Amino acid sequence: MSYFRAENLSLHFGGLKAVDAVSFAVEKGEILSIIGPNGAGKSSIFNLISRIYPPTSGKIFFEDQDITQQPSYDIARLGIARTFQNIELFENATVLSNLLVGRHRHSTTQLWQELLFLPSVRAGEKAHRRRVEQVIEFLDLEPYRDKLISGLPYGVRKVIELARALCSEPKLILLDEPSSGLNVEETGDMSFWIRDMKTELGITVLMVEHDMTLVNRVSDRVIALNYGRVLAMGSPAEVQRHPDVVAAYLGA
Amino acid sequence: MRFLFKTDYEDDIRLVPHSGYFVSYGILLALLVIAPFVLSSYIMSQLVFVCIYATVGVGLLILTGFTGQASLGHAAFLAIGAYTAAYLQQFNVPFPVYFLTAGLLTGVVGALVGFPALRLQGIYLVIATISFALIVEEILARWESVTNGNEGMRVKTIQMLGTSVPRDSPAFYFLCLGLLILTIVGTLNLLRSPTGRAFVAIRDSETAARSMGINVSLYKVKSFAISAAITGFAGVLFAHKLSFISPEMFTLQLSIEFIIVILIGGTFSLHGAVLGAIFLVMIDPFLTYLKDDMPSVISGMAATLGAGKETAAHVQDKVAAIASANGLKGAIYGIIIVLFVLFEPLGLYGRWLKIKLFFQLFPLYKRATFKRQKIYVKSERNR
Repeated sequence: MSYFRAENLSLHFGGLKAVDAVSFAVEKGEILSIIGPNGAGKSSIFNLISRIYPPTSGKIFFEDQDITQQPSYDIARLGIARTFQNIELFENATVLSNLLVGRHRHSTTQLWQELLFLPSVRAGEKAHRRRVEQVIEFLDLEPYRDKLISGLPYGVRKVIELARALCSEPKLILLDEPSSGLNVEETGDMSFWIRDMKTELGITVLMVEHDMTLVNRVSDRVIALNYGRVLAMGSPAEVQRHPDVVAAYLGA
Repeated sequence: MRFLFKTDYEDDIRLVPHSGYFVSYGILLALLVIAPFVLSSYIMSQLVFVCIYATVGVGLLILTGFTGQASLGHAAFLAIGAYTAAYLQQFNVPFPVYFLTAGLLTGVVGALVGFPALRLQGIYLVIATISFALIVEEILARWESVTNGNEGMRVKTIQMLGTSVPRDSPAFYFLCLGLLILTIVGTLNLLRSPTGRAFVAIRDSETAARSMGINVSLYKVKSFAISAAITGFAGVLFAHKLSFISPEMFTLQLSIEFIIVILIGGTFSLHGAVLGAIFLVMIDPFLTYLKDDMPSVISGMAATLGAGKETAAHVQDKVAAIASANGLKGAIYGIIIVLFVLFEPLGLYGRWLKIKLFFQLFPLYKRATFKRQKIYVKSERNR
């Protein structure tokens, strides 16, 4: 049994088949990239997994549990974190409070305890903070800790969004175009971090990406999509040589 | 300027960042404690209203300022608290019991209002809460067996621990002040724990909040319930202060006054609720002054400027007519809201922060420091 599995997943908007009977599996501890031209249905697959849209048909399994009908907030609680293509951060909050929100799924305190700020809440807050600091150190975010998001450059925000996802200590992380809007150097950093997430933190990564250098550098396997259908699946080199993929990108 | 050197995570959790707070808030508290023994009974009565309005303001801030859900129905929550107290009092229920019951009942009603509000946003939510307030007003007027209809209900003096607490006694003032302080401390505690962070996350981006595992619906309902409960507690004291309640006291205008409290004080900080409450309570004496003294003052000015006796008398009549016109209060409220939203969206507390920063940085203050927030608020307004 695979760690994460999508079976015949479809998403139709009227006659438009954004995702059309896509099946794939992610093994524990691997980095799987989804590539494809614009409008191929890559981000739609992410939105199906994180339940922003309900799938038209098909099923999603995570750790042998059917999560197709789970409400969206439960997906994060199961240990699936995600980042967004167009950064969704809390703009007028500090980096630190953004990251602390990432700890939400681990908070166990009750409302009445929080109103009185009992020692258990205080201890919990310190534990959350300690975890957040580990992520800050992992992603070199120390200079930005107390800065407001609204004043930070795009590249840094991208990293902070990744940090927030990591703060929830996910088992599976969905990265939606982690390198979009980053310069070459920042993309290089990103590829190291994605590798480290796998090797040091043991997180399974599912990623949508356009930048083929990044895909080649980090991916264990690649899936190529076009018009909502799977064109090819395999190692980065295999997929790039696949005639259908070449046709989709360059035109037949 | 003070630079804090943080050495412990505790430094970011503590409510008092440095010892200076003990001094300033200590002095404030001392002044508030000696106030009833020094100030006139009129000012004390105004102070009680400041405490009650500020308590409601904090409640509304939790919902509107921190969770981002607008409400024009808080007069109804206040009414539910007040009427529950007045009703239970008839059966000789002791004060602490009906005080708690009123708050909790209002909290439950708040949660029930929160459920339909889950699907609504922005202006539609405002309309829904107005409708709720109108329904409550109507129920209070029609359910005569419980509320005594439009004739209103008498509220007896508080009996607690074998003594009575008259509504103009220092003890009553301390009760109101105590409720305000407890509310503020409780809210501050909430805001530095996971629930408070979830509220703010929902305000800033529901999508992101959901993807971080926050049950948005649940937390919106929680926010409604907490906000309503605080307002209900304030309602009990409000009823006792007025000693008589009737449906026409809890109209839309009262809800708008609560919005003024938080909007003028500043929607991003609890200081705002207190400053806004002070501002609002001070409007009334100002309006009375406008009504009583303004006409003669202006005609006097006209006379010194060389206008004839007849013209001066004419001016006096005109000004008096304007000052005692119906709906002047509402018009002034409207103008105040518009001016604040346009020119000081961060409210009185925001202005205070700017003044403070000006002196801290003295020759180096630049106006652009607060520009970004202003741009943010502007884009928000168009949504």
